[in-house]
Amino acid sequence: MTPAGSLLTAQDLHKTYGPTPALDGAFFSIHPGEIVAVMGPSGSGKSTLLHCLAGIVRPDSGTITYDGRELSSMPDAERSSLRRSDFGFVFQFGQLVPELTCVENVALPLRLNGVKRKEAERRAAEWMERLEVDDLGSKRPGEVSGGQGQRVAVARSLVTSPRVLFADEPTGALDSLNGERVMELFTQAARSANAAIVLVTHEARVAAYSDREIVVRDGKSRDLEFTV
Amino acid sequence: MVCIVLGMSIGHTLLGLLESGPRHGYDLKRAFDERFGHDRPLHYGQVYSTMSRLLKNGLVEVDGMEAGGGPERKRYAITEAGVSDVDQWLAQPEKPEPYLQSTLYTKVVLALLTDRSAADLLDTQRAEHLRLMRILTDRKRRGDLADQLICDHALFHLEADLRWLELTAARLTQLSTEVRA
Repeated sequence: MTPAGSLLTAQDLHKTYGPTPALDGAFFSIHPGEIVAVMGPSGSGKSTLLHCLAGIVRPDSGTITYDGRELSSMPDAERSSLRRSDFGFVFQFGQLVPELTCVENVALPLRLNGVKRKEAERRAAEWMERLEVDDLGSKRPGEVSGGQGQRVAVARSLVTSPRVLFADEPTGALDSLNGERVMELFTQAARSANAAIVLVTHEARVAAYSDREIVVRDGKSRDLEFTV
Repeated sequence: MVCIVLGMSIGHTLLGLLESGPRHGYDLKRAFDERFGHDRPLHYGQVYSTMSRLLKNGLVEVDGMEAGGGPERKRYAITEAGVSDVDQWLAQPEKPEPYLQSTLYTKVVLALLTDRSAADLLDTQRAEHLRLMRILTDRKRRGDLADQLICDHALFHLEADLRWLELTAARLTQLSTEVRA
């Protein structure tokens, strides 16, 4: 039943917050290096699906398989370690640590994984160059524009060479031109690193950077890969 | 250069191309196709019928004729009236025409009336819109600034259609009640 060759799949996920069902039979799959947009109206369950897929939230029922391992029944410590080693995250707001410089922010996931400062910052600088923000290394997040800050956040999500990137409305706070530049550089960098992207967005222009889309409506999503 | 220009006025475009100097019908077709007709090249018939209409209306004149006769041998030049016609066309804003919505609305209503799935119809349409948006996004990435601007125009329009599709999908129950009343 699971689509052949997929890296991450979710089957029949259900998740309820209080009386409200957030997911009510959600299916999803993504292949290595693939970019899949998760679309749907506000409150349809897009973000809950992303949180379940990333192992941040445990579904009430259903299965999530990552690289042959069952994520939904994995102990918390193991899931946390997997998130640090294999996953990267880009959100809409407030993801950079304001007290650290931009290069320290980008290097942070490596430092948390035990990489020495000098080496971590060298690798961080490489990713910042790819995202065209290499001149902002010594600035703090409060001193850069929204678009620049988002590119710093994208560089940080890629610095550990993750296999899956989770992006929740990554351009939601940006104007068209900046949003477009972020998507351009983000998808280009992810493709060159063969990282897959789960891209939650309600904007069609952002979804157009993906390879295919999955629509979530009232907590339900169909993935045509499951029926092939 | 890509052609995303829908419903473009061929007559005005050919007139505009003549402003740089007289051309034969064949040259005009080639210039049109190179600049605007990547996806939809003009038929020769379209060129000659358009040119004879422009000639009749005094917007072009025959500037010379090669031996052998026939419409393809005529060389056309724009007249003063032709130039002011192009001026007027360029100065006049285009009517914002909801050309696609009327067709889609008809389909949605027909689906509801005939107990077919209007939601599936809208999903299929969304997928098709996104497919085209991906192609345009990719062209934009590889193209020059002119490609980017032309593709952006088409992308914003497709996005507007998609928003309409989403809104209609959210209102299907209500619409269904109304059309069946």
